[in-house]
Amino acid sequence: MYAYDEIDRTLVNERVSEFRDQVKRRLSGELTEDEFKILRLQNGVYLQLHAYMFRVAIPYGTLATNQMRALAHVARKYDRGYGHFTTRQNIQFNWIKLAELPDALEDLAKVGIHAMQTSGNNMRNVTSDQWAGVAPGEIEDPRIWSELIRQHTTLHPEFSFLPRKFKIAITASDHDRAAIKIHDIGLRLIKNEKGETGFEVLVGGGLGRTPFIAKTIKHFVHGRDILSYIEAILRVYNQYGRRDNIYKARIKILVHELGIEKFSREVEDEWQHIRNSSLQLDDEVIEDIRSRFTYPAYEKLPHMPDELRQAAADPDFEAWRKNSVAPHKVQGYSIVTISLKPTGGPPGDATAEQMDALADLADKYSFGEIRVGHEQNLALPHVAKRDLPALWKALDKLGLATPNVNLITDIIACPGLDYCSLANARSIPIAQELTRRFANHELANLIGRLHINISGCINACGHHHVGHIGILGVEKNGEEVYQITIGGRADENAALGTLIGPGVKFDEVADVVEDIVEAYLALRERPEELFMDTVKRLGVEPFKERVYATR
Amino acid sequence: MPLVNGGKIVDDSFVKLAVDTPLPEGGDILVPAERFFGEADVLLKRSGKVGVIWPNNRDIAELVPYLGKVAAVALVFPTFRDGRAYSQARLLRERYNYRGELRATGQVLRDQFVFMLRAGFDAFEVKKQADAEAFMQTAKRYSVFYQPTGDGRITALHRRMQLRHSEGVGT
Repeated sequence: MYAYDEIDRTLVNERVSEFRDQVKRRLSGELTEDEFKILRLQNGVYLQLHAYMFRVAIPYGTLATNQMRALAHVARKYDRGYGHFTTRQNIQFNWIKLAELPDALEDLAKVGIHAMQTSGNNMRNVTSDQWAGVAPGEIEDPRIWSELIRQHTTLHPEFSFLPRKFKIAITASDHDRAAIKIHDIGLRLIKNEKGETGFEVLVGGGLGRTPFIAKTIKHFVHGRDILSYIEAILRVYNQYGRRDNIYKARIKILVHELGIEKFSREVEDEWQHIRNSSLQLDDEVIEDIRSRFTYPAYEKLPHMPDELRQAAADPDFEAWRKNSVAPHKVQGYSIVTISLKPTGGPPGDATAEQMDALADLADKYSFGEIRVGHEQNLALPHVAKRDLPALWKALDKLGLATPNVNLITDIIACPGLDYCSLANARSIPIAQELTRRFANHELANLIGRLHINISGCINACGHHHVGHIGILGVEKNGEEVYQITIGGRADENAALGTLIGPGVKFDEVADVVEDIVEAYLALRERPEELFMDTVKRLGVEPFKERVYATR
Repeated sequence: MPLVNGGKIVDDSFVKLAVDTPLPEGGDILVPAERFFGEADVLLKRSGKVGVIWPNNRDIAELVPYLGKVAAVALVFPTFRDGRAYSQARLLRERYNYRGELRATGQVLRDQFVFMLRAGFDAFEVKKQADAEAFMQTAKRYSVFYQPTGDGRITALHRRMQLRHSEGVGT
């Protein structure tokens, strides 16, 4: 956990007081809605179909239990008793009242949580691997760097009014759980031949109406230079990024139009001017940030405790363990993913009661720490293996032990037309129907790893391009129509999915997904061949044939 | 439109000239970049001060040969969501060591004052009277800054180092 000091707390409080003044000026009419819109977006407040939506940052996905309780408190006091975890390590509240927002922010500020730059054309919440600091084989904890970058990007005096939003993600493992290749800047932490920490820097990834996988702009930037290198990228983007058309304003378009070689030359020129400046991080500064991340005092525990051996006789426990429990870097401990994808539920939602209860469980079993991942699930990062059976029972009582992590019902979906003013089509009801269709655990298990991602419009908040099966809702002649892609992925081998054919109606989507899955089960060479691999081996054609043969 | 300079509302000594406005005999003038380049010799020989209004989509490096000769550079925020002039301002101050008046024009609201001060602006054509009157109060809104810029304010990272060292001395 990173512990805020007085300096961080002061800044958050100053921001709350500024926002209180902005809300007051809006309510008194001193600010027009046009002016206020930009200001509220800088602080995570959208106007949605039915009410204001409030997005709160969970930097690099790490939450302390008192912070989780504060989120529960906000859900209960200012909203309708629940919150929605997003694909970028944020939580959204959908029914907030403008006049109460400053109070909600003040309550969150007390536990070091804020909503700065969770929307608007600025540098957004810095995201990272939800298993940071605990994943076996990780090079080092990427959150140290995430925090340095979080601080550097917060209320940046030059880059708070960019052409468009700007997202940075960091990973330090071979397996990329932070989806860095679909970010404006993706950072892969690596060591050079001298054993020094640095980053492979990728740029220009993003989804939306013109999706791109990020390209490597520099193979190694030393850790001490990372802020100046990011600043150089941002300065080139701020000056030359397009501002005439919001659909062409992301850095991915600039990189595409200039070409990565020319773009990287521009950045390099700029960087040479500023790399030996006060942006350079000396070791002492890095160590100071590192020293404020605390790690649990792990016990020396056996690899296979009796409690776990005994619980293995319970098939329900085993079903959950097999897909929710992952190896931890410390022997005797596990990382537990908590599915927020119950059958029939909206993906990523948690009630205030669940949040409070999870905080209690994290205190009891996970050294008071909770993580939030981009798949819209939560995780307890330090659970002793001997506690897994007890934890499972407690989670099950809360409706938080659905054994579907990484299976077909572990769906990523945006809020869609049920909430969002940009949406053209519903997302949540599609996800709900799919979770019912594939509710049978044996069937889901037989299918194996398969990610479905659903977006209710071209803005792609549900990351449909990178779903193994991607579903995009659009509007055609006043009707919701869904385009289906297959073969996308968001990990270290990130790829965009391929359209399988003409769009289908709302009622047909679940049938089409069933057809695709049946085709896969028939086509795979052996049970271990995952859906992704079958699509890679055979291409889209056999799936297309199956889906459209009878339609 | 009130002008804030040195933290106070002041009279604007500069008159803005369009591309084709006849050149007044004396007095301080602000002229668009294209006119400045066309008539630089004439303009700089007059008795009054000369400032340049620099568009936010033109490379600020072009102005560098003249920075010792102009009294003011006015950068433009066509809307306050267009932040290109922040980069131009920092380049002028931090790379090209420009020390004359650096003026923010266009849609300037109180909500940008701190960003603008940090980027190096010292003069502000403020759109609303109430915002101009609130300048000093708004400029003091923040006491913590995470980024180093040319304004010299100490960053949070370095303040922590100072605290740590002073604690070290005490113990």
